[in-house]
Amino acid sequence: MARQKKIKLTIDDREIQVAPGTTIMAAAETLGIHIPRLCFHPELSLQGSCRVCIVEVEGMDFFMAACSVEVWPDMRVQTHSEEIRRARRDIVELLLDNHPRECQLCERDGRCELQNLAYAFGVRERLFEGERKRFPVEDNGLSVVRDSEKCVLCGRCVRVCAEVQGVANLSQHGRGFTTAVHPAHGRDMDDSVCIQCGQCINACPTAAFLEQPHTEAVWQALADPEIHVVAQTAPSIRAAIGEGFDLDPGTACTGRMVTALRRLGFDAVFDTDLGADLTIMEEATEFTERLKGKGPLPMLTSCSPGWINFLEKFYPQLIPHASTCRSPMTMLSVLGKTYYAEKLDLDPEKIFMVAVMPCVAKKYEIARPEHRMDSGAPYTDAVLTTRELVWMIKCHGIDFISLDHGEFDPPLGVATGAGDIFGTTGGVMEATLRTAAEWLTGETADKLEFTEVRAVEGRREVELQIGGRTLRVGVANGLVNARLLLEQAISGDRKFDAIEVMACPGGCIGGGGQPYPGSRFRILDPELLALRAGALYAEDRVREFRRSHQNPALQAIYRQFLGKPGGRKAKKLLHTEYQAKLPRGIQ
Amino acid sequence: MSKQQSTDNWPEVRQQAVEQLPGAIVEFIEQCQAEEHPESQLIAVLHQVQNHFGHLGEAQLDAVAQLMRIPHAKVAGVASFYHFFRLNPPGQTTIHICLGTACFVKGAERVAEKFREELGIDFGETTKDGKFSLEASRCLGTCGLAPVIMVDDQVQGPATPDQVPGIIEKLLAKDKRAKNSGS
Repeated sequence: MARQKKIKLTIDDREIQVAPGTTIMAAAETLGIHIPRLCFHPELSLQGSCRVCIVEVEGMDFFMAACSVEVWPDMRVQTHSEEIRRARRDIVELLLDNHPRECQLCERDGRCELQNLAYAFGVRERLFEGERKRFPVEDNGLSVVRDSEKCVLCGRCVRVCAEVQGVANLSQHGRGFTTAVHPAHGRDMDDSVCIQCGQCINACPTAAFLEQPHTEAVWQALADPEIHVVAQTAPSIRAAIGEGFDLDPGTACTGRMVTALRRLGFDAVFDTDLGADLTIMEEATEFTERLKGKGPLPMLTSCSPGWINFLEKFYPQLIPHASTCRSPMTMLSVLGKTYYAEKLDLDPEKIFMVAVMPCVAKKYEIARPEHRMDSGAPYTDAVLTTRELVWMIKCHGIDFISLDHGEFDPPLGVATGAGDIFGTTGGVMEATLRTAAEWLTGETADKLEFTEVRAVEGRREVELQIGGRTLRVGVANGLVNARLLLEQAISGDRKFDAIEVMACPGGCIGGGGQPYPGSRFRILDPELLALRAGALYAEDRVREFRRSHQNPALQAIYRQFLGKPGGRKAKKLLHTEYQAKLPRGIQ
Repeated sequence: MSKQQSTDNWPEVRQQAVEQLPGAIVEFIEQCQAEEHPESQLIAVLHQVQNHFGHLGEAQLDAVAQLMRIPHAKVAGVASFYHFFRLNPPGQTTIHICLGTACFVKGAERVAEKFREELGIDFGETTKDGKFSLEASRCLGTCGLAPVIMVDDQVQGPATPDQVPGIIEKLLAKDKRAKNSGS
């Protein structure tokens, strides 16, 4: 292909050459000039609606949006003139004037993009204050709370929901002053096709979307001496919680996190990684059976609750393909209220199980009737997102940075490296392969790291030789990617034996409950996701055991309590079922 | 892919959608689906639905979404954006109040306020008993009579706030007479 001629232009009196099709914003970035932005996001389509990125272009008698205008030859651009500075200030103030004046009461205080812009542009007084839009808060959802008064109509949630997740549950409704973003007919999130992933929360620059808080219930349980309060932490929490305390992304904080939970007053701190190891035991057993013809292939993983919601609403025809395994979180909660309760002679009703998750769909999962004890009480009592735990630690006056490194409690705190990597894309598949490689051959396998299934770019289709047979596996994160694999499987264009699906981009490390990125990063940022994943792989590498079936605590649990993987007791306690749900999703 | 006992609810979902719409509209949607860019016919389909029902109900919008394979939120978003589309059934009588420049200057807002107060509804809404809808209009072309109101297709003016209770009473009485003579 012939190389296209570069375009020469001048930005802030500096001359550069860029490829045709480059936007003014991207061209300026090559010169180290940061043009402020709000509705623009590099991983999403262009909207060009907020006008925060306006620049002056010589010869044009109006300001142009740098995010969406492509450069032309000999263009002369001013990004920071006096006129631009004043216009941008006014644009941000107009957004602010239609926004509640309650920053101090807001969850995103200090981490809000609108607040940051108002500070950066010097909005120190209100020149245009007037009437502002009024909407009730919609907080009936199990996972997601919607507050349209805080919405600045940047459309990032609408785009992430449609373009990254393929759910398209959100749209702008109405027009003019009363425009609001919500599901069709203003329905509650739970009555819509929402799959509860919470990417709208991450994408929002303000707090128009938030998780349904569980912190108050947890404080109450911690304050009650009659209740035995147990915490379990998902693999990806350790890789991201440090960001909530301004540590560099990628700093693993496993030990400090455990100590912090103990300081908060939890009676036991367990590791969801053990639940992940347990999932592998059950799922690898199920997979081996299906390879022998007992059950449909490809087998689809079932750890990600956002994905399970997507399956039930958008692909109910594939329900028989989903692994019947409960998620690692629920498996660990089940063990907590059965095995652990028996061991300590505790009444399961007096155990309060708190799961710290990177995920808001987990809040929906724990309320599902399938995940309740015979008494009707849930196996998991509360789900805290990483953000909520960060806040609780701060609220409790714990200096997180200086904490010493604690260890998880036995017996449900002993895990392998295979459990660690569950938190990132390809992790479930890799952990399965680590175990399957030994089970299918009956020998010790040399190969431990299956880097080929780490789908950092969103989607992988891989063929592997294991135990003399070819395994065809797919890995996807972000549901648009999942859809591409599923459609191929349905049409028969490609055969798969197993497909791992994680609803969120990058897997759990990019979950809807993770800390808002600091100034150097943005959500969906591949670099940020790589750093978080790196922390998990580093943890995996230093583990004594790196294959789930080698977990000594788990072996004991099977011996003493569960019986055989896939056996009758394991089936009853660790497996579940799915149902087609309405409204049926459309993509 | 191997055949399983079906967990697919599409046949029922489709059937329910079909039942919400007249056959001609379902047929039109199916024709559109066979062509390129069927989604570009969304507004045309919504016009047909509104012509048939007088408004766009939630069930009909959801049916259009399913049959056209366009996300519910997108269909509802489009329907709510355009002034012409009604999301609620109109009342027996629609009262339009002109808020064009001439009428506005002559006090249309005070007349509008009185209607809102008397009927207990805002523009674009219908009274609970289904008798009245209130609509804001821009210039009805009879500025000489400003401020102008239009009751169904009858233009009246100049209107004053004092007249409003009388206008409503007259319409209710007319409605009652029509009912009595009918029974």
